Amino acid sequence: MAETKEQAPKQKQPSAPLSKWLPVVLVAWLVPGGGHFYLKRSGRGILLAVSITIMFLLGIMMRGAMFEPMRGDLLTTIIYYGGFLADLASGLLYLLTVWLGYSQPEVAGHVHDYGTKFLVAAGLMNVLAMVDAFEIVSGRKS
Amino acid sequence: MPKLSLSHLEAAILFALFTSVVLGVVTKKTDKERMAYGLRSFGYFVGVLFGLAWLMYLGHG
Repeated sequence: MAETKEQAPKQKQPSAPLSKWLPVVLVAWLVPGGGHFYLKRSGRGILLAVSITIMFLLGIMMRGAMFEPMRGDLLTTIIYYGGFLADLASGLLYLLTVWLGYSQPEVAGHVHDYGTKFLVAAGLMNVLAMVDAFEIVSGRKS
Repeated sequence: MPKLSLSHLEAAILFALFTSVVLGVVTKKTDKERMAYGLRSFGYFVGVLFGLAWLMYLGHG
């Protein structure tokens, strides 16, 4: 006798209310690792805070350039807008650096180039930390 | 802020180190898995770094 198995449709997880996750994501953006501290995941928060902050500071110490939004051909637009958004994702680190007047023109040399990449990568790592904090607050992760 | 001057290797290894820590922390669910993933990620970064370096060296003739 053939038995037909009916697969239960995947239940969609209810998303957390905006008032619950927004402050966490906002804190996670402003302070690297801050979302994890807010959610009392201090161990992971420390690792994220230290790694992202050191990465950003190394980028500054190598005199990396900050991207500014610039239009041009498609590739230029993607690189400069993408780079700007990634820099901005570092939160207070980026805002303070810009407010304190850091302005490094793009110059040739591998150290400057690495610096620029460190600054962008620090922002992108902070995006990962923000997503992780969001997943914790919405109950998808512990 | 002091100015830092690193070699390619130093900069790339620091990049690999901090990126691996973050990837390990955010990717897995238990501390053991996080540690293993972070170490594996760092190993891959360094492996690819040396692989590409040799490829470029040999490619230049």
